[in-house]
Amino acid sequence: MNWIVHQLWLIPALPFLAAGVLALTPRRQRAFAARLAISALAVSLALSCAAFVATLGHAGTGTFRERVNFTWFQFGDQALRLGWVLDPLAAVMLVMVSFVGLLIFIYSVGYMAHDANFTRFFCFLALFAGAMLGLVIANSLLLLFVCWELVGLASYLLIGFWFHKPEAAAAAKKAFITTRIGDVALFLGMLWLYSAGGTLLFYDAGEGCLENAALARIAGPSLVGWGTLVGISLLIFGGAIGKSGQLPLHVWLPDAMEGPTPVSALIHAATMVAAGVFLVARVFPLMKPDWPSLAGGIPLAGTPPPDATLAITWVGAITAVFAALIAVAQTDIKRILAYSTVSQLGYMFLGLGVGGVAVGMFHLLTHACFKALLFLGAGSVIHGCHDEQDIRRMGGLRRPMPVTFATYAVGMMALSGVPLLFSGFWSKDEILHAAHGWAGSRIPFYLGLFGALLTAFYMTRQMVYVFFGQRRAASTPPAAASGIRHPASGEPHESPLVMTVPLAILAVSAIVLGFLGTPAWPWLQTYLGADHGGSGGVELAKLLTKETLWLMAISTAVVTAGIGLAWRWYGQRPITDAGTPDPLQMSFPAAFRWLRQKFFVDEFYAATVIRAHAAWARFSDLLDAWLWGGLVLAVHFLTQGLSWASRFFDEYVVNLGFDAACRRLRRDGAFAAGLSDGKLQNYLRGIGTAFACLLVLLLWGGCR
Amino acid sequence: MSPLERYLIVAALLFGIGLAGALTRRNAILVLAGIELMLTAANLNFIAFWRYGGHPADSGTGIVFVLFSIAVAAAETAVGLALIVTIYRHRHSTKLDEFDELKG
Amino acid sequence: MNSLPWLTLLTLVPSLGGLIVVSLGERRAAFAPRLGLLFASLTLLLAILLGTQFDRTSGNLQFVERHAWIPTLAVNYHLGVDGLGLLMVELTTLLVPMAMLASARVNRRAPLYFGLMLFLEAGLVGTFTALNFFHWFLFWELSLIPAFFLIKLWGGPESSAAATQFFIYTMVGSVAMLLAFLALFLAVGKFDFLELADLSRSGQLAASLNLEWGGHTVASSRVATLIFLGVLLGLAVKVPLMPFHTWLPATYAEAPTAVTMLLTGAMSKMGVYGFLRILLPIFPAQIRALETPLLTLTVLTILFSAAAAFAQRDLKRMLAYSSINHLGYCLLGVFAVARVAEPSPRLATEQAAALSGVLLQMFNHGLTAATLFCFVGWLERRSGGLRGLNDFGGVRQVAPVFCGLMGIALFSSLGLPGLNGFVGEFLIFKGSFSPATCSTVLSAGGLLLTAIFLLTLMQRVFHGPLNPRWTALPDLTWRERLVVAPAMALMFLIGLYPHALLSFTNATVSQFAKSLRAF
Repeated sequence: MNWIVHQLWLIPALPFLAAGVLALTPRRQRAFAARLAISALAVSLALSCAAFVATLGHAGTGTFRERVNFTWFQFGDQALRLGWVLDPLAAVMLVMVSFVGLLIFIYSVGYMAHDANFTRFFCFLALFAGAMLGLVIANSLLLLFVCWELVGLASYLLIGFWFHKPEAAAAAKKAFITTRIGDVALFLGMLWLYSAGGTLLFYDAGEGCLENAALARIAGPSLVGWGTLVGISLLIFGGAIGKSGQLPLHVWLPDAMEGPTPVSALIHAATMVAAGVFLVARVFPLMKPDWPSLAGGIPLAGTPPPDATLAITWVGAITAVFAALIAVAQTDIKRILAYSTVSQLGYMFLGLGVGGVAVGMFHLLTHACFKALLFLGAGSVIHGCHDEQDIRRMGGLRRPMPVTFATYAVGMMALSGVPLLFSGFWSKDEILHAAHGWAGSRIPFYLGLFGALLTAFYMTRQMVYVFFGQRRAASTPPAAASGIRHPASGEPHESPLVMTVPLAILAVSAIVLGFLGTPAWPWLQTYLGADHGGSGGVELAKLLTKETLWLMAISTAVVTAGIGLAWRWYGQRPITDAGTPDPLQMSFPAAFRWLRQKFFVDEFYAATVIRAHAAWARFSDLLDAWLWGGLVLAVHFLTQGLSWASRFFDEYVVNLGFDAACRRLRRDGAFAAGLSDGKLQNYLRGIGTAFACLLVLLLWGGCR
Repeated sequence: MSPLERYLIVAALLFGIGLAGALTRRNAILVLAGIELMLTAANLNFIAFWRYGGHPADSGTGIVFVLFSIAVAAAETAVGLALIVTIYRHRHSTKLDEFDELKG
Repeated sequence: MNSLPWLTLLTLVPSLGGLIVVSLGERRAAFAPRLGLLFASLTLLLAILLGTQFDRTSGNLQFVERHAWIPTLAVNYHLGVDGLGLLMVELTTLLVPMAMLASARVNRRAPLYFGLMLFLEAGLVGTFTALNFFHWFLFWELSLIPAFFLIKLWGGPESSAAATQFFIYTMVGSVAMLLAFLALFLAVGKFDFLELADLSRSGQLAASLNLEWGGHTVASSRVATLIFLGVLLGLAVKVPLMPFHTWLPATYAEAPTAVTMLLTGAMSKMGVYGFLRILLPIFPAQIRALETPLLTLTVLTILFSAAAAFAQRDLKRMLAYSSINHLGYCLLGVFAVARVAEPSPRLATEQAAALSGVLLQMFNHGLTAATLFCFVGWLERRSGGLRGLNDFGGVRQVAPVFCGLMGIALFSSLGLPGLNGFVGEFLIFKGSFSPATCSTVLSAGGLLLTAIFLLTLMQRVFHGPLNPRWTALPDLTWRERLVVAPAMALMFLIGLYPHALLSFTNATVSQFAKSLRAF
């Protein structure tokens, strides 16, 4: 086994260590913080490259997969085992995450230079990088979940990095809770998988839950087993929906743009949100089990039963169009990109659903590069415009910011899928190609095409708004200046080298990466283990088949239409005033309102889920105060009433007679006592009177 | 009016005077004197009934009663006076209505 | 084995210490905190030594002391700990010094305060080590008295009512339990937990109950159920299980913070401990028969308390409800364990997981909840008695260390992996999933609700613009950092290396599970 497999744990451990050290570092040590975090990640990148190289040699001889498992702890006489795995999927992700991460770390040195909590920022970034790299190499769904949650924590901390802004604090909470909804599903899926399969290890010498022995054990010979498998897959996919911002849990991702821009680039565009895609790719044998090989399978009549990929495909396709539609009408430069991210993640899921791991992962990798590029470019624009984020108040920036403009244009074309030269074209084409051939339905294919049109449209619109025309900063303040506190002051300026160099590097990779997976040379697909039937060499003939050419022509046409349409609306008549309504708004006011308000999804949730939760909370509280508390009070009053009754009986029934007799006795006694007043002569007088009376009685009554 | 009646009337008067003295006087000695008068009235009745009551002359019962009674009265008076003297020593008074320690 | 009577010493030291501290008098009151801390630390030291002497490979009771006490009533002085008892003893002895340090500023009658705390500790340790109902019950009740006075004399404005409510509530439960045990005693003539469990396992318990009570008007099976319900009531009030929980928020909110730390950290564990030590071994058949209502109550406890926490505006009450929620998970594990009856290897795994999870969760909740209350207490001291959810805002700007450390504790309570809360919850859910799938799935909703209110707490108190009232709010002092440092270290240790704790309980868990399956 390769040495790198044993040392693989170092890749996430180094950034974790850096984060731990930085958490205890005083705030003043800015240079140290940046240096430590960057060097830790640089070493991780070097190790990742070494791991990548180690997987290369085996490309021809089946899939390279090495794992190291260890016991985390014991409960009772059982052991819980974790582990890490090195296979092509992990290797490319490792390189991608550490590469993009490193560039963004470097970029942050410039972007965050003036922030008071600079040290803390790098601490959180390092924590994120460690968790993300750990997620990638995890060989256990539990370890993956652990890192998954830590990634969520880092995201929470970084979105809320400017915690004094109420929007940032709210967005951080929203992000954590929304993704946690998915996490609960993933958690349940994990529990189910654990109890059904008996292990959470992915690969464990044939016994792992992704290997046929365990899969067969879960699936069993009955329909129940099939249901179990699909149920587990769907629950796990639920986690991916939350993390990757798919419908209906996409609402947190645009709000997450309240965080610093490098964070948006790293976490909320390039890597973390792709974790959902990665998760589905990782457990793909579960999502799309190879039914015939699961021995004694369900008695099938030809077609395999539907599995989770059906849901994945549809969710991805619908999200891709839905988010792209919203992006058309946004005005915040980062929000446009955020919705674009949601949309592109939808493409990835579509790719996974219709084409398998390689298709989805190819788009993930290219997207990571060009989306990071776009976000960093946006950051550069925001930085240069003094924290202005509203594209209506930019304009004409291509002259003061040439490097940013050039690199942004590359990113934009890659995202739009401009043919042949840019990576986005190849990866998106791959997805469309797979969708076209999907047996289930044609609709995802058309949705994908429509999404591509929209993507080209909104990116062109953004480009025109930001870089073309003339500056509109000083004109009338726009009506909807939401979330913007610092009106642009001073002239825009190009960003420092520490920010532009990463842009340039990313721009280059946004172009180059596409050539790793063209139909002519599907190297990445072969590497990831997809069966393309190719030899692994360059075969131009494959590019020239009728279907491929036809699809490429359609997608080129769609992209051209999108760009042309946007140019006609926005580019031909430059917008001169920030207050001018959007041309689209003038043409379709009602539709535009729906898009601008994001289909009112947030409002819908506020009116339903959030209100339901608040009502439920209030209900529980009232239940406590009135029902349970009332029951206790009732018992209390009952007891009190009983004691009252008992006292009443005692006092007024039993005691009253005694009391009256006693009182009478006492009064008479007092009278009698008053008679004997101690005066001797009174006694004598009494005796005398009595004697006299007696005498009279005797005399009158006769002496009988 | 028989001689018996006359004696009885005298004795009754004597008793009434003694009773009145015993009841109205505040001085203990005078009350004692009143009591003595009443006793004397009783003695007089004894003698009178003995003399005129038709008893045999040689029986002498009345005389004996009276003699006893006088002896007892003397003793009683002596005890009474001694009590009064003792009370006087303690309270410097012989006024009866000041002594009501016996009340209930 | 060791001849030293470790467990007797463990209850004796705090009791004697309590007597000494109480007798200090007002003139030497200044010594009370230090002397109290000395005795508490001594007890902690003893407990740690006990832990080092503990044989981790054995699931049997260890350090057993057994002497005849009142032979005619079958009352023995019977002490002993297994992994379960040891864990609770360690937790208690750890929390008491922490609570003492957190309550450094007691102005009135300091000797009494610290003396009562030591008595409380003695009562708790006694409860966790006694194996005969008679003196177990003595300690159970004895711990109530110092708690009552601590709440009443040093608590908030409504503390008198809260203390009375607390006392009467628990007393009612205790009386029911006492009656139940007397009925049991009349039937079998035994008070010893182990002997009762043996009788129950061999079926003699049911037979004896039948013999003693069968001729009366009620059916014998119903007698067993009645007895079970009596004991259940006593324990459920303590845990608490809905709907016997209404004393808890008021009590936790009104008690002085240090006392709340002990109430939630150690005293609430008495209930769960009772479930494991008494109910599961002696009444498994009854639990199994009443499984559905019990699980329903548990799920309701989890969901309602988490939701009710969200509606609270007082931080202490909010955390009190969160405590109910967390202990609900323990009960979920307990009831799920009882349900697994068939001896199959896979279900044995589930049992071991659930039991380990319950033990871990008890320890973790004690640690985390006590730490959280400690932080709220400090916040209250800084704000001059304010502890409303909306009284603060932006505190993180002036007190970053405070918020950072409290944030760690909050995330631990939320069950973030890497901190202690996660492992316990994972094991409980793992163990409950297949025996009680429906309840487990519903309870998982509690994980989400917990996140909602804890994050709301962070948002309202720490984040947002700084409330101008608190611009001079001091950050954690070094002394305070040292007080929570051990708890923080343990949170990370257990989160990353749960084996440190589980190695003490593994043997016990295996044996316990095996004995349950022997039914």
